[in-house]
Amino acid sequence: MARYRSLGDLDWPLLVVTVAICAMGVLQIYSATLGTVWADAWWKQTLYVFAGLLLMWLAASIDYHTLMGQAFIYYLLALAALVVVLLFGKEVFGGRRWIPLAAGFHLQVSEFVKTVLILLVARYVTDLKGDRLETRDLAKLTGLVALPMLLVMKQPDLGTALTYLPILAMGVFLAGLRWQHVVVIALVALLVLPASWYLLKDYQKARLVTFLDPGRDPRGSGYQVIQSQIAVGAGGMWGKGVTQGSQTQLRFLPVPHTDFIFSAFAEEHGFLGVVVMLGLYFLLLMQVVQNAQMAPDRAGMLISMGVCALLLFHLLVNIGMVVGRMPVTGIPLPLMSYGGSSILSVFLMLGLVNSVRLRRFVS
Amino acid sequence: MSEFPTEPAEHLPLNKPALRDDTKFAPGKIALIQYLTLAVFLFLIAGFWSLQVRNPELYSEQAERNSIKALPVLAPRGKILDRDGRVIVDNHSSFSLILSREHLKPEHLWTIAAGLNLDHGQLEQRLQRFRSRPRYEPIIIKEELTPGELAFVEAHRGPEELPEMEMLHAQRRLYPQNSLAAHVIGYVGEVSEAELNTPEFIKYDPGDVIGKAGLERQYNDHLMGVDGQRQVLVDNRGRERGLIGFKEAVPGKNLRLTIDLDLQVVADLAMEDRKGAVVALDPRNGEVLAMVSRPAFDPNKFTSRIRSEDWKEITSNPENPMLNRAIQAQLAPGSVFKPIVALAGLETGLIDDQFHVRCGGGASFYGHYFNCHIKKGHGAVELHKGLTQSCDVFFYNVGNRVGIDNLAHYAELAGLGRKTGIDLPHEAEGVVPSTRWKMRIFRQKWYAGETISVAIGQGALTVTPLQLAYAIGGLVTGGVWYRPHLVKDPNRQERPRVEKIDLNNAGKVVYGLYGVVNEGGTGGRARLPGISVCGKTGSAQLASNEALKNTKLGLTLKDNAWFVGFAPCESPEIVVAALYESGEHGYLAAPIVRDVIKAHFDKKARTAALVAGNRGLPQFGPAPPKEDSRSLTVAARNP
Repeated sequence: MARYRSLGDLDWPLLVVTVAICAMGVLQIYSATLGTVWADAWWKQTLYVFAGLLLMWLAASIDYHTLMGQAFIYYLLALAALVVVLLFGKEVFGGRRWIPLAAGFHLQVSEFVKTVLILLVARYVTDLKGDRLETRDLAKLTGLVALPMLLVMKQPDLGTALTYLPILAMGVFLAGLRWQHVVVIALVALLVLPASWYLLKDYQKARLVTFLDPGRDPRGSGYQVIQSQIAVGAGGMWGKGVTQGSQTQLRFLPVPHTDFIFSAFAEEHGFLGVVVMLGLYFLLLMQVVQNAQMAPDRAGMLISMGVCALLLFHLLVNIGMVVGRMPVTGIPLPLMSYGGSSILSVFLMLGLVNSVRLRRFVS
Repeated sequence: MSEFPTEPAEHLPLNKPALRDDTKFAPGKIALIQYLTLAVFLFLIAGFWSLQVRNPELYSEQAERNSIKALPVLAPRGKILDRDGRVIVDNHSSFSLILSREHLKPEHLWTIAAGLNLDHGQLEQRLQRFRSRPRYEPIIIKEELTPGELAFVEAHRGPEELPEMEMLHAQRRLYPQNSLAAHVIGYVGEVSEAELNTPEFIKYDPGDVIGKAGLERQYNDHLMGVDGQRQVLVDNRGRERGLIGFKEAVPGKNLRLTIDLDLQVVADLAMEDRKGAVVALDPRNGEVLAMVSRPAFDPNKFTSRIRSEDWKEITSNPENPMLNRAIQAQLAPGSVFKPIVALAGLETGLIDDQFHVRCGGGASFYGHYFNCHIKKGHGAVELHKGLTQSCDVFFYNVGNRVGIDNLAHYAELAGLGRKTGIDLPHEAEGVVPSTRWKMRIFRQKWYAGETISVAIGQGALTVTPLQLAYAIGGLVTGGVWYRPHLVKDPNRQERPRVEKIDLNNAGKVVYGLYGVVNEGGTGGRARLPGISVCGKTGSAQLASNEALKNTKLGLTLKDNAWFVGFAPCESPEIVVAALYESGEHGYLAAPIVRDVIKAHFDKKARTAALVAGNRGLPQFGPAPPKEDSRSLTVAARNP
């Protein structure tokens, strides 16, 4: 397989855009953590990025068909890991999400479950006989995704659990969704959503209420949204400059190096910086979609589109939250937010996309 | 990537079913996803557009308010000094508690109120009052923190507990002399809501400490400094992270008074605990050397918000300690008015020093019998005896000859019946009755019989102690009236009011007043060895005695005792008016005046001796102590 591993065959535009986004992320982490206990986060993040690039190279060099073939094994392993997290995980901020590793690092299993689900959905849809999705298959596929979702929700981490949905949705959509199914799903959603209100935790309810009316409790649950909007707005057209944003530097902005990193970025780099950054993300997504279009087979296309769906969902929810157009869910911004598991998981997915690309002339 | 063909149909391997590996699947669906992606990005960009481009000022402002805290730097008020530079009014360091309202949690107010011994309701009212001020400006909620309250603030002001609390160092007013000269100085206090709506106070802000009475009010702009501001950067826990702006406070300017603390103390002591007032003036320039009003109050009680029980005690006191009797008590002058009646008679030519009457203890005018204060009468009385013995019958006759309008003319010429214009708020005018006055006020004709009472300083005539000192002072210096004033201003340019008075006539009156003290007259108690003191006693019924006669209060109303004295007779340099309310006899007020005049000349002699000693023996004597050298400069300025 050595002939597939040529560096020149990698998706270089994708790689350049990815590294550019990561670099801006590291700079923003540096600025946002200056003088805090997180001050060393920027170089840790740099390490994660290099580790991610290595992981991507490894993933790209393995034939995605091999990985897809083992998807069910990974799936079972993932379920087991999630159970282990629930039983023995490290508790931080009222949630059990991490498995402690050596040297003080922690693994967030739910991040890597995303990759497993992308492979699983691709495998399942590829194996389908017809052009249209049967009700039985839809139910089976939904059940397969719902199982890890429930485990992650139990942690509790509703945000990450929700990120599994777009993978399922993309798979179902590409498999050929019947319009009858769309109607049924819409009806079920209409019935389930109001009922699910009673299943939400208090803080989750507060977040939803706050999303609809942030001024309701400005010092409480509305605080994050309001402070984030103030930070973004204060950035104006040109931004305040690196390490110059008062919202970020004086810590009015919550977690400016993880979930609200784009808010800190918007304050310090202004609307122009935002446009450039969103442009980079758009290029990234378009490059992933192009790899789907050029994929040698249906499986490759499904993997690439799964990655695309997941990243798009992340961007929509995280950045939408930053400008107050989405409720606070606490999911990271891919490639920018500080966090090893998130970075490695995204690079792993981009590795899959490259693996598809490297094999576009053969099959 | 167009160089790579997207439809490599010829590459299809033959061992797999074409259907499953057809790469041309779902191009429409993928295009749909591309459009969806574009839509998501446009949606996000629109979000940033509305926050960052449409109205970024709104958010910049909020970000600033988040992070900038403006702490006031209070300007100390100027000190008030006596004519020799001795401190009458000072400041002292204290701590105030300020409350930042941006992150105020209403439930915290209960804890804060309890810890600072404040009433929760009043605290809320106070917050209400400051609604109009920007929220980032903290407000003072308690001044002069006690050690216990300081400990409470120190223990609880951390970011976890009550981050709203902030301590502020302030220079608070201190009146080290307590009630001494309290009416002259007045007091300071926080401007009230009602005051803010008046033209005098409209320029101030809620929370400003301003002069509320006396000189503190009159010279508020001079004494009050301009508060500075410290703008600090704070983080989300309210901790200071840096200084971004500093406006230094401009301290208020000191105020140098004409008051001589030595004389003020003597006058204050001489009053003992009598009710009344003392005013000492320098008739040569109008400087007020001492001004006492009794009973007095302690202005220190007003400096921070006054306790309600203190306020009640002061305002409900029937003796009215807040009244500055020296400028606000309007009372009949009694016999002290007689020198002016005498002058009116001489100046109009209706009497001369040969004019005399027989006093048999009383006389009838217009069908009414008027008593003299000596029942057995004074016998033959001319001008000099009339003044020295204060014979009422003599002055009834003078008044009757001169007529009310001439009396009123000379009374007004002397400065009665209108404000002297002293630099204190709320000076009273008094009343000089005349035919025109009666027509204006009562729409009635003047009855000649009424003139008889006015001629001995009774009837409708009322004056203030300051007016009497001013009137007599100008009269005995030959008709030159300097406006009384309390602040020493080296650039003072004001010209005196000069009236044409025959100096012979003035001399005759002064001679009479010399007799009052030195020739066995009614004012013998004012006599001083070696100093020619002149003066006039008076004992006056309260102007409203008639009306009060039958009331309960009327029983306790005794005559007011007056004495106005000056010295030396030939060239007066001090004139002192003393009012001893309910003192009955004028001669009882005379010792007060005597003491003040004595203190004046004693001090003058002391400084003169020092100057002489200094000039004669500069090389032998030890250097004079600092305080004395200060007196020296004063002596040099006022030889």
